[in-house]
Amino acid sequence: MAKRAQPITGLQATGGVFALLVVLTILGPLVAVIWRAEGLTDLRPADWAAIRFTLLQAALSALVSCLAAIPVARALARRRFAGRSAFIALLGAPFILPVIVAVMGLLAIFGRSGWINSALEGIGAGTIEIYGLFGVVLAHVFLNLPLATRLLLQGWLAIPSERIRLARSLNFQQRDMRRHFEWPLLAATLPGALLVIFLICTTSFAVALILGGGPAATTVELAIYQAFRFDFDLGRAAYLGLVQVMICVGAGLLAWRFARASQFGAGLDRPAMRWPDDTQGARRFDLAVLTAAGTFLLLPLLAVAAEGVGAVFGLPLSTWEAALRSVTLALASTALAVGLALPMALLTAGHAARAGLEGVGLLSIAVSPLVVGTGLFIIVFPIADPVALSLPITGLVNALVALPFLLRALIPAAAAAEATQGRLADALGMRGAARLRHAILPRLRRPLGFGAGLAAAFSMGDLGVIALFSAPGQETLPLEMYRLFGSYRTDDAQGAAVVLMSLSLGLFWLFDQGARVNAAA
Amino acid sequence: MKLTTPLIAAGLSTIAGAAFAQTPVLTVYTYDSFASDWGPGPQVELAFEEICECDLQFTATGDGAALLSRLRLEGSRSDADIVLGLDTNLIAAADEAELMQPHGMDATGLTLPIEWDDANFMPFDWGYFAFVHRQTLEDVPNSFEELAASDVSIVIQDPRSSTPGLGLLMWVQHAYGDDRAAEIWEGLADNVVTVTPGWSEAYGLFLDGEADMVLSYTTSPAYHLIAEEDDSYTAAPFTEGHYMQVEVGGILATADNPELAQQFMEFMVSPAFQEVIPTTNWMYPAALPEDALPDGFNTLIQPEQSLIFSSTGAAEVREDALATWQNALSQ
Repeated sequence: MAKRAQPITGLQATGGVFALLVVLTILGPLVAVIWRAEGLTDLRPADWAAIRFTLLQAALSALVSCLAAIPVARALARRRFAGRSAFIALLGAPFILPVIVAVMGLLAIFGRSGWINSALEGIGAGTIEIYGLFGVVLAHVFLNLPLATRLLLQGWLAIPSERIRLARSLNFQQRDMRRHFEWPLLAATLPGALLVIFLICTTSFAVALILGGGPAATTVELAIYQAFRFDFDLGRAAYLGLVQVMICVGAGLLAWRFARASQFGAGLDRPAMRWPDDTQGARRFDLAVLTAAGTFLLLPLLAVAAEGVGAVFGLPLSTWEAALRSVTLALASTALAVGLALPMALLTAGHAARAGLEGVGLLSIAVSPLVVGTGLFIIVFPIADPVALSLPITGLVNALVALPFLLRALIPAAAAAEATQGRLADALGMRGAARLRHAILPRLRRPLGFGAGLAAAFSMGDLGVIALFSAPGQETLPLEMYRLFGSYRTDDAQGAAVVLMSLSLGLFWLFDQGARVNAAA
Repeated sequence: MKLTTPLIAAGLSTIAGAAFAQTPVLTVYTYDSFASDWGPGPQVELAFEEICECDLQFTATGDGAALLSRLRLEGSRSDADIVLGLDTNLIAAADEAELMQPHGMDATGLTLPIEWDDANFMPFDWGYFAFVHRQTLEDVPNSFEELAASDVSIVIQDPRSSTPGLGLLMWVQHAYGDDRAAEIWEGLADNVVTVTPGWSEAYGLFLDGEADMVLSYTTSPAYHLIAEEDDSYTAAPFTEGHYMQVEVGGILATADNPELAQQFMEFMVSPAFQEVIPTTNWMYPAALPEDALPDGFNTLIQPEQSLIFSSTGAAEVREDALATWQNALSQ
């Protein structure tokens, strides 16, 4: 079947150029590290153990997160209740938390002296042990269930309401809904969600170490850290960086093989409506799922808030300055990420180089921020002072980290917009800016807001690159929090954690909410 | 008239610029907590700028190990004049990379419990690693053997990502040698609740009640006592002795202004610098008599034996000790 001719617009061409630039920005530093190391150094047996553990925990974490997300996304798609949008925004919170804050929250609930164990002790039952592979997977599910839910939810919300009305009038049963709507949408969205979460978990290092319980829980990222920091073996760091890229490529190929585009046909794009065959049992099930997910995701946040809120008003001025710096950085990095992602998504929607472009986006989750940071350092150093550029470089790397999430959210929506509105736009002769403004952007608003919110929140919580380049007076809030911890100022650090959590969540909510105007008429 | 005013202004600003350029800048690379608002950095800067007619600038780079990586990464093009905050376990690598130049100072004024003799580095503070616990802990172990036999839970740091973690590795290695170190680690495996990437996470877990003890310093209780007026923390004295961390500073081979760097090295072991250390870095100053320590430091435990490898000795045993540790705790 011949594809309809697609007009390549200036914006789409820009997408191609940006994709190339992104690849260069990610792989260039890797090459720089290899060049500076004058070659790669072989892996040690311990590195292989690290690779095996990395794959195992990432696969388990991705699987559990996505499976658990299916009923949650489904319940959110089918139910309307007061505070639903606030609930969705709050559910997203763990994903955008800095790792150390998330771990603090989890330990307050599941730790040895956490709420659950205290309760179990109170009734004389045994205790649960969070440390080990279980703890790693639990933490990764806590961090990634919200993302999985949101990615799948986009799939459910993409079903045109006209289709649901048709299903109702055809008297569809729940199993018909599954067969005609839910399986196809899961087949289209699950592989991508699995892939993204798998890749996020491969670069985990603090979570895996703290909750993994010891050296058995070594990940590739920690091996990179060790090679770089203690051995200064750039060759081995680069080799391990390449291993991460290979893991990414392998997983990407696998996911791409299974992903199918969802084809629901054209609709008039009204908001979703009540589902057919909505039994009492289905309602109770959804309620139980939402309660369980809400409790699991929100209790640790409450624990962090409860421990730190008292210290917030006594925080030193430098913490507030760092907070302001972080917010500014987050906004700049979000603008950059959106500016990069939008043309790339539009290019993809034009059916050009879809797999390649998604790969480009995914690459930036899989490569080690430490390797990219070090590489950028090596590249920038002969030209300019990397310390003076620490904030711009941090912004750039943060934007790259957010890019895959924006692309994942934008690409299906852009493709769907082209599929549903493209013909009409063609018939009306709409091209360029007019086509973008009237036919495409209105349909991208929701994923765009979601993606921008993620980008902003990520940037708020990032502690990767700034630590490598930092100079006095340029601390970001997460770095400030770490320094408070490092100076025994645990109370202040917990207060800073609350500020950080509130700002991350607030930024995410603003972007996400801004994009939902008119979404629930 | 109209022409001369801007000319005068331009002339003045040139003179001002020249005067500004004459203020030499001394760049000191150090670790995060040293340069932070609560660390020694701000007070050290004030005190040194009073005597040097220079601009002292700190650049913070994570922990001691990250500091060394940063210097190696920058190589001969580094802006750093002074590196402050490596420890004896990292000296050999710095020497091997030929980063430093001799300081030419003598070590007679030092108050370390060990002899100091290093051509490139001078110590500025030191401390003993120790397991810190709450006073309420019962049956406190007094050696690694007792700890291994007990069911006391501990949090330690990963030697691959943190300097205290590496210190613990050296401690066990020094006290028990190659043969018994593996045995001790296997015994400790079930006491280790978890291993953290750095000191901050471990100490935080301990304060949150995740473990009975945490690997830290004998001086940690002084923080709680002096800054928080909380006397409920102490450290367990171990009969095999305590491994020392000696933190050092030195002049980089590429220093732009060696004379000013030399002046800083001398300032580093002078009272103005040393008096700041105990209550900001919470370590023992390296050149200050014991009676000059602040109140509260006299309550700390005093190890009977100080253990430390020479810098070359530490470099030699590190790889094997790491493998032993990894094997024992991966079971």
